[in-house]
Amino acid sequence: MAAAIVVAGLERAFGEFRAVQGIDIEVGEGEIYGFLGPNGAGKTTTVRMLTTLLLPTGGRATVAGHDVVAEARQVRATIGVALQEAALDPLMTGRELIRLQATLQGLPPAAGRRRADALLERVDLAAAADRRVGTYSGGMQRRLDLAAALVHEPRVLFLDEPTTGLDPVSRKTIWEEVRALNDDGTTVFLTTQYLEEADQLADNVGIIDSGRIVAEGTPEALKGEVGNPHIELLVGEGAVAEAERVCRELGKLLPPKDGKRVLVEVEHGSADIPRVVRALDEAGIEVESLELVRPTLDDVFVAKTGYHLEEEEAKKAAEEASST
Amino acid sequence: MSDVAATARVVRALGARSIRQTFRRPQLISPIVVFPTLLLAVQTGGAGAGVELPGFPPVQSFLQFMLAGSMMQSMMLAGNSGGIAFAVDIEMGFTDRLFAAPIPRFAIVLGRLAGTAALGLFAAIWFFAIGLIFGAEIEGGVPGALLATALVTASALAVGGIGAAIALRTGSASVVQGLFPLVLVVLFLSSAFFPQELMVEPAKTIAEYNPLSFIVEGVREPIISGIDATQTLEAVAAIAGIVVLGLMLSARALRHRLRVG
Repeated sequence: MAAAIVVAGLERAFGEFRAVQGIDIEVGEGEIYGFLGPNGAGKTTTVRMLTTLLLPTGGRATVAGHDVVAEARQVRATIGVALQEAALDPLMTGRELIRLQATLQGLPPAAGRRRADALLERVDLAAAADRRVGTYSGGMQRRLDLAAALVHEPRVLFLDEPTTGLDPVSRKTIWEEVRALNDDGTTVFLTTQYLEEADQLADNVGIIDSGRIVAEGTPEALKGEVGNPHIELLVGEGAVAEAERVCRELGKLLPPKDGKRVLVEVEHGSADIPRVVRALDEAGIEVESLELVRPTLDDVFVAKTGYHLEEEEAKKAAEEASST
Repeated sequence: MSDVAATARVVRALGARSIRQTFRRPQLISPIVVFPTLLLAVQTGGAGAGVELPGFPPVQSFLQFMLAGSMMQSMMLAGNSGGIAFAVDIEMGFTDRLFAAPIPRFAIVLGRLAGTAALGLFAAIWFFAIGLIFGAEIEGGVPGALLATALVTASALAVGGIGAAIALRTGSASVVQGLFPLVLVVLFLSSAFFPQELMVEPAKTIAEYNPLSFIVEGVREPIISGIDATQTLEAVAAIAGIVVLGLMLSARALRHRLRVG
């Protein structure tokens, strides 16, 4: 598969602060690449360099075969960009915005009008097309932003946290649109701080923390790296110690979450469940519930960075809320 | 389509957006229309007898004298409003949408300036209409009115260049808005509202060298007397100087913005 994006040793410093510290990425043509990391990790800075909005201070990158510094205009003709916090003018109508974007991308007026109508229809905004963007909900604004990014049918689409702050229904709508675009052959570079989003959408995931890529691979491979699935057992009161003793012989006992649950890592996933149930039954331990838990990208994140991504985001959000 | 034609389309589209943005945001349009119109009404009503002062240029009425000053005030505030709107675009990330498009980046500045120039044109027409409704005569006739309108339009573009440069450099609407009092100081230290001959020092000397005075006189002469080649050339030279300065500062600020992100 040819590479749509190649990043080699890319760096960006702001004074003494090194926001991106020599990262390497390769994204194949037609791939969805999930770029995962907490706020301030360097995701947006990387996207801004790849979309020619910010000059790198080191390394190099090509998008659709064009160098982001030396051939910036060719890069801009090939890419679609929907940046974090949809950059929309609240005083324009949806139709005006898409038509302006068509002009910016060099479409002739008649073709621009046709394309605008088709895109507004595609993202289900035809009825609201002549309303000012300031009256749109967050989900509608993101869909409009996405439509604007598609006006020239870009080969590579950059989506910077396209679902941040959206309700679950709007988030799913964006996901479906991203999948449909990808099915049509568009390469998607998607930054996100949502683990589920990366897991659901991405063919390959890169995890960035403090300006460095700490892990890269398919979601399955990354999850496979951090260990086997584990069985989570809820047993009757007073039986925890005995259940732990039994489980220790069946697999690796994991640190307990609370005093009621026993967590045991097993090698063969669901195939190990009957063995565990039988052993507990023979020991006379009553099992109230049992769940097979597979490793998540959060486990990968924890393994690579030492902290939970979504916990960290929640903490930052709470800090921001309390400071305002 | 050739590169030039495509760029011209982009400039026109961005100029049209800039005009719509101004008319849809009351805080941008009111300084351009309401404030100068009120000041014109107050000054014409309250200081009309000033035309009797010895040394005051021969005019048909104080309103006739004031029209050029009001147009200057309106076009300067149009330049300031254009700068504020540009800074708002930067603050909300809208300029990123423009910078990420395959267009020459200076077309973004030119689009904004085209919009500001159109507001200058609107200001000239607005004050000519007010003047004619309230009995002011245009001594230079239609050619004089067209010349004055062209000068006001070009001045708006020139001043807009300075506003755009400040917006690009600071990226802050409140900084550009903070220049509003400075606009008034520059205006009052020119011959916009009072003849230079009747000013006292040091305002008189400052007004004598203030480029705005040259523009004001270039606009005023076709209204109160008729087209004068020397004053027209001086006005054109002053406008050209400000255009060059504005474009140079804008180009530099644009490079800075693209470097720092």
